[in-house]
Amino acid sequence: MENMLDYNISTLRKLLDRGEITSEELTKGYLERISAVDSRVRAYVTITEKEAVEQARKADKRIRQGESAQLTGIPLGIKDVICTRGIPTTCSSKMLENFRPPFDATVMDRLYQQGAVMLGKLNMDEFAMGSSTENSAFFSTRNPWDLKRIPGGSSGGSAAAVAARTCVASLGSDTGGSIRQPASHCGVVGLKPTYGLVSRYGLVAFASSLDQIGPLSRCVEDAAILLEVVAGHDRRDSTSLPRPVPSFAKACRKGLKGIKVGIPKEYFIDGVQDEVVTEIQKALKVMQEMGAELVDISLPHTEYAIATYYIIATAEASSNLSRYDGVKYGFRAENYSNLMEMYKETRAQGFGPEVKRRIMLGTYCLSAGYYDAFYKKASQVRTLIIEDFKGAFKDCDVIAAPVAPTTAFRIGEKADDPLQMYLSDIFTIPVNLAGIPGMSVPCGFDQKGLPIGLQLMAGHLQEEILFRAAYNVEKGLGLKAQWPQLD
Amino acid sequence: MAEISIREVEHVAELARLRFDTKELEEFTNQLDAILKFVSKLESLDTEGVEPTYRAIEIVNCFREDRVEPSLPIEDVVANAPESENGAFVVPRII
Repeated sequence: MENMLDYNISTLRKLLDRGEITSEELTKGYLERISAVDSRVRAYVTITEKEAVEQARKADKRIRQGESAQLTGIPLGIKDVICTRGIPTTCSSKMLENFRPPFDATVMDRLYQQGAVMLGKLNMDEFAMGSSTENSAFFSTRNPWDLKRIPGGSSGGSAAAVAARTCVASLGSDTGGSIRQPASHCGVVGLKPTYGLVSRYGLVAFASSLDQIGPLSRCVEDAAILLEVVAGHDRRDSTSLPRPVPSFAKACRKGLKGIKVGIPKEYFIDGVQDEVVTEIQKALKVMQEMGAELVDISLPHTEYAIATYYIIATAEASSNLSRYDGVKYGFRAENYSNLMEMYKETRAQGFGPEVKRRIMLGTYCLSAGYYDAFYKKASQVRTLIIEDFKGAFKDCDVIAAPVAPTTAFRIGEKADDPLQMYLSDIFTIPVNLAGIPGMSVPCGFDQKGLPIGLQLMAGHLQEEILFRAAYNVEKGLGLKAQWPQLD
Repeated sequence: MAEISIREVEHVAELARLRFDTKELEEFTNQLDAILKFVSKLESLDTEGVEPTYRAIEIVNCFREDRVEPSLPIEDVVANAPESENGAFVVPRII
């Protein structure tokens, strides 16, 4: 079928169920697209061609029997931090280059129960630490809108693949903006759900109090469908919230009338690219025209969020990554004469520079004499940041702001200055610290033709109102059908 | 003033089970110093009496029935190990 790569999930569902297209045709169409353009975009670390075709055939059988679910036969890409049984799960690290998990993550169980097709595993910053996907131990992914630029990160492969249309949608993970920032840079939709909404079982841990899995997709409705499938209580994750999952797709269809949209002054500061501000203001105006009420709000501790995050996230990471010791799985160095040397050599050779930097920072912050000054202090400031949001949501239902201060930067531009790289996460980090949901919705382009994302944030478990706002912005702006030229 | 010295970085590397050569040590010291200076801006905030937050949701304990359930087969568990023998992980001699 011509143009089959253009369709969103709900359209594909109809075409598949009516027998106008088979999942095998669709899957092979995507695999062909991957071989045609991925050598330039480099989103995929592993392409699971054989498995994908087998899954597609099984899905076709299920569809013919009239037993299809929402994602039956839909080809997806998965960030390589999510465990897939028997299929390499590398975290884009030399440490896990040959790791084949003996189990599937809960989100994979749920996708497979639906009969979804996995096309392959997507590139990322090593262990999800980074904002550009340049920290992958294997190769940098490129932004499909300009191959000389970064796609964002750490879920750069997940965002680039959706934009390059080498999968229908994908899953990523977001610890400090790792879904929203690449979604913004690649012009796709990306959602970090409420902490605890999606099970983290089988998500390789970076910072356990901040990590969440979420969807990246071409349109808001696709993200809603994907989230509905992967969300929900899982007894294998003790931080998973025991609560039924509402229909997010249904929530999309309500209008904007009566919704209060908060605009935080701390997110419209010096250093934000002019075109980013202009396009966000246009989106706000559209929301207003659709019946939303705009209110000025303040999140006064925003400027402390990055410092807070880089203490808490690295402290948790230094503890989580102590498991990579060359004993149970993954890489082991060859040159050592005793156990201690084996640990050190394995970790020195297995981890890349950014991962080591964060392990060092986290270890320092947790070490004797510094714990109170750093970790405890940061955890107290985290409380203040949460209080900011609680106060703001008394005056509004949704908060609207930029996702990132600038559009995608050039590959190599910030690679030598870790602190500059950290600062690009300024607007995405507070959401993770507070555990609330945040979404990036494409809202325009700068003069170079690079996408700009509008960030929408809502209170704990308020995804429905988030989807409602996002869906209406998308409809109001009418930007849905623009894709980068890669052919 | 520098927040962190090369000696301290060496000590932290020891705690973190990492090893750096002299050039890397210097580079890391400079980078960590810049990052620590940046994060020290938190000192300017008065947090007296503020409760720390360690997780952003209100779940306290999460219990389940104490029931035996199937686990992964041993051969799957050790399949990824760099070295294993009779279903056990092999490490360098420690005594």
